[in-house]
Amino acid sequence: MNYFTEAIAWILDPANAEGSGGVWARSAEHLWYTLLAVLLASVIAIPLGYLVGHTGRGRGLVVASTGAARALPTLGVVTLVGLILGIGLVAPLVALVLLAVPSVLAGAYAGIEAIDPRTIDAARAMGMSDWQLLTRVEIPLGLPLLLGGVRSATLQVVATATLAAYVGAGGLGRFLFLGLKTQDYPQMLASALLVVLIALILEALFEIAERVTARRLHVV
Amino acid sequence: MGWVLANLELIGSRTVSHLLLAVPAIVLSFVLALPLGWFAATHQWSRATLLTAAGLLYAIPSLPLFVVLPTILGFGVRDAANVIVALTLYGLALMVRSAADALASVGAPVRLSSTALGYSAAGRFWQVELPLAGPVLLAGLRVVAVSTISLVTVSSLLGVDNLGLLFVDGFQRGILAEVLTGIIATVVLALVIDALLVLLGRALMPWTRAARR
Repeated sequence: MNYFTEAIAWILDPANAEGSGGVWARSAEHLWYTLLAVLLASVIAIPLGYLVGHTGRGRGLVVASTGAARALPTLGVVTLVGLILGIGLVAPLVALVLLAVPSVLAGAYAGIEAIDPRTIDAARAMGMSDWQLLTRVEIPLGLPLLLGGVRSATLQVVATATLAAYVGAGGLGRFLFLGLKTQDYPQMLASALLVVLIALILEALFEIAERVTARRLHVV
Repeated sequence: MGWVLANLELIGSRTVSHLLLAVPAIVLSFVLALPLGWFAATHQWSRATLLTAAGLLYAIPSLPLFVVLPTILGFGVRDAANVIVALTLYGLALMVRSAADALASVGAPVRLSSTALGYSAAGRFWQVELPLAGPVLLAGLRVVAVSTISLVTVSSLLGVDNLGLLFVDGFQRGILAEVLTGIIATVVLALVIDALLVLLGRALMPWTRAARR
């Protein structure tokens, strides 16, 4: 347990907090990688998920891709892309986007899939076009499940973004690998605690967002 | 291909070490998740608490967990036991939810009628509820197995012997074929274990095959 107090002391030590390699800067980097990866994954996966959910075609593809992605070791992807494209941010970003896409895709697709068919029929009977059906019925009703998908993607990415430092990028993983090299336990632990802290904060934000959307949907 | 042929022995031994870490973790998380899931399914008040705890457990990043656990448990960072405990925790986080859902999916009429037929609580669990929950349990176990096998590779960053060392070594020495081999071997291993679980499910639950469309 002594390591814990040392790790917390390490985090609170002003010498470690400031500067481009400090706790604040690395935390910001970590958050930035996470948001960028989830954003890129959403840009790819949400339209695709809506397309599959709306048309009902390509369902097997979604299920198969989420299954295969689970088996794909992220560390392998990070090192593979790192070797091909060189060290830096691109390699971990590619791996993190790959990691995030299946969850977001499943969320977007399942959100539409889970809507009561009678609701869709009623919307069509009211004369809605495909576009109106998608934007006014399917997307709003699918929002809670989509948020759930983005939430689990974000959690996975925030945890895995520590690997970015392995191929020369920044983020909180820097402290972990630095500590690993020098057998500096408090520093490794400090890095882990900071990542968990960021994960918990993001979880809380998603919890609030989910409650707000749920309440909105009940009112409408 | 040349790299693979020249290093078959290495790939083989790393695959074995990989399995020695993954299989105990998969089995342990299944065995431990059953009573927890049963508790969550039968005691409504505990359900939300248990499932939230499981969700938070899954939020802990894997690499830091591999590092943090030894400071709590007193193992060495490179001990197999350390890796197995960490993987079991992740497996549990996924499996408790599946087990709770699976056991809750057995309908109340089924429970009541088996009690009426004279089953004791334990007899009812083993002979009625568990078999009926089987297919959903199997689905959960397959997810746990595949993600555990993929997750084992992260521990190689700490120097633990498994297929992930092919990534670490290949990256440091710039051997693309080695990294690629590691990825393919891990995915293939996951798919093989997954297929074995499906076969095991068919052998243990022959009735699910007849019910299939």
